[in-house]
Amino acid sequence: MRSAGIDIGSRTIKIAVIEDGKLVYFFKTVTSHNPLELARDLLADIEFDRIVATGYGRHLVKGHLDCPVISEITAFVLGSRYFDVTCSSILDIGGQDTKAISLNSNGDLCKFEMNDRCAAGTGRFLEVMATVLGFTLEEFSAAALSAKKAEKINNMCTVFAESEVVSLISNGADRNEVALGIHKAIVSRSAGLLKKVDSDGKVFFAGGVALNRCVRILLEKELNRPVFVPADPQVVGAVGAALSARD
Amino acid sequence: MAWFDSAILNTSAGIKAVREQGKKFVGFYCVFAPQELIIAAGAIPVTLCSTKEEPIADGEKYLPRNFCPLIKSSYGFAITGKCAFFNNSDFIIGETTCDGKKKMFELMADFKPTVVLEVPQSAKGELQKKYWNSEVERCKAEIEKRLGVTLSDDNIREAIRDLNEQRSLMRELADLNKTDPAPLSGTDLLKVMWARNFTFDHLSFNRELRALISSLKIMASKGEGALLNGAPRIIVTGVPTGIGSEKVIRIIEEAGGSVVYIENCAGMKQYLFDVDIHGSPLEAISEKYLATPCSCMSPNTGRLELLAKLAKEFRADGVVDIIWTGCHTYNVESHILGKYLAKHGNVPLLQIETDYSHGDVGQIRTRIDAFLEMVAKK
Repeated sequence: MRSAGIDIGSRTIKIAVIEDGKLVYFFKTVTSHNPLELARDLLADIEFDRIVATGYGRHLVKGHLDCPVISEITAFVLGSRYFDVTCSSILDIGGQDTKAISLNSNGDLCKFEMNDRCAAGTGRFLEVMATVLGFTLEEFSAAALSAKKAEKINNMCTVFAESEVVSLISNGADRNEVALGIHKAIVSRSAGLLKKVDSDGKVFFAGGVALNRCVRILLEKELNRPVFVPADPQVVGAVGAALSARD
Repeated sequence: MAWFDSAILNTSAGIKAVREQGKKFVGFYCVFAPQELIIAAGAIPVTLCSTKEEPIADGEKYLPRNFCPLIKSSYGFAITGKCAFFNNSDFIIGETTCDGKKKMFELMADFKPTVVLEVPQSAKGELQKKYWNSEVERCKAEIEKRLGVTLSDDNIREAIRDLNEQRSLMRELADLNKTDPAPLSGTDLLKVMWARNFTFDHLSFNRELRALISSLKIMASKGEGALLNGAPRIIVTGVPTGIGSEKVIRIIEEAGGSVVYIENCAGMKQYLFDVDIHGSPLEAISEKYLATPCSCMSPNTGRLELLAKLAKEFRADGVVDIIWTGCHTYNVESHILGKYLAKHGNVPLLQIETDYSHGDVGQIRTRIDAFLEMVAKK
């Protein structure tokens, strides 16, 4: 039995197929302005018996795919357990939102907090700042890691932080130190969100921003707890949706 | 429900009927206002708490943007003269409940006669009781002066009976939802509450309410529910919500949750306790209103105990606490309530902070979906 999960995010669409309890297929692409049509095109070439949709576009495709939907919170809880059962907290930093989840001793959802009303501390924040500083995302992370100290960034709002960074650079601040300051800001905000859900124990770190090595290292330091990142941190929601299709 | 739907739409006809009888309106906002005294004076109390998004733009010209939407909306209506009830109110009874309302009344006094009662910070002792008693007496004196009447104990007792009857009927209606499935949807319960605010003919309202109760009893006996069988049972609490600002309640029900109780200020909170018909009517009125478990009171342990009790009686699977952006008292109290419910009954709580706009419907739906998925698993 092949169960598919489709995660329609604000920036990327992810599809995962689970067969006999194993992840056998995964695909990821940019959402575009027409997620419904894109979803239909992508799914046309994939074989599956059941499908579940998640992500912010789930209700959009629900009627057309005639499939059940689950919230991305539930999808992330289920998906994380596929990769690691020793984590008791989940942090997902995506393109435009961040979520923190705490699990109970059974691995079930206990509490959750979302930041999805502004792009502060999300992938978008990092993208904008990298561009302002003249880095690609990969260079950005490496630059931050190379700095000995951080230039403190006070604004979390992407728009205001951009002004602050431009101001710092024009006053002669070191690019790498500003880069580190930005990474620290995003980690501090995420740690705050994790605190709100009374999280403890090992953290499952997912979402596109988990690909950023500097954020991972800083997060571990800030929380003083182990952080686990799956090989592909963007697949978690789709895997969780696919797993829920079996029940 | 058809009568209640149309009652909400026919409000201007209601105003006309009252004026034709030579009666006056006295406007109020919070449920601390001693409505019995207005009725005893032969006037009609009318609630002015606004639930509409449109007047907010006007309100923001005078009040800070980061103010609670309810106050911005209410003030927007008041200052532009776009609310017929405000315009037709002879004077306003306000209270020093929250920071926002307190200062709004100061601005309002410039263009509308207001009587602002000072609510004590808590209901915990004799001092607070005495303080509020004297404010209720002052309220009586102001009503008498402004309307040119004298209130006798008999007038007041009759008003007490009138409102107690309504409270009792509302409780009877709400209690029908103790059965599973609940026969009345949260949206419909909200409509009844809203219709009550704008139906000045109490006899008609009570009659229609009794008829509704009868038909719901029949539904309940047949096991018929407003939502699907097995729908998660949710109690809604928090800030005042009404028709116009019912977004969260609507989303919960669209997502498949059954809203079995609405404890909010504009909801059942005001109907829970009767005014004691014995003894001094003024003291009895004072006692009932001081017991209002609003978050502006500190501490507000009454609300914590009430919700734990309701969660048990209504076999709630979860509680959704609605917070308007800018309402600091309900916002902080949310955390206190969450901890209390976890300890007393292990009832999960979801806080939704929002305002009157519709831009965050998707985000709210995600949280509600996740919450309902979580409680369904338990």
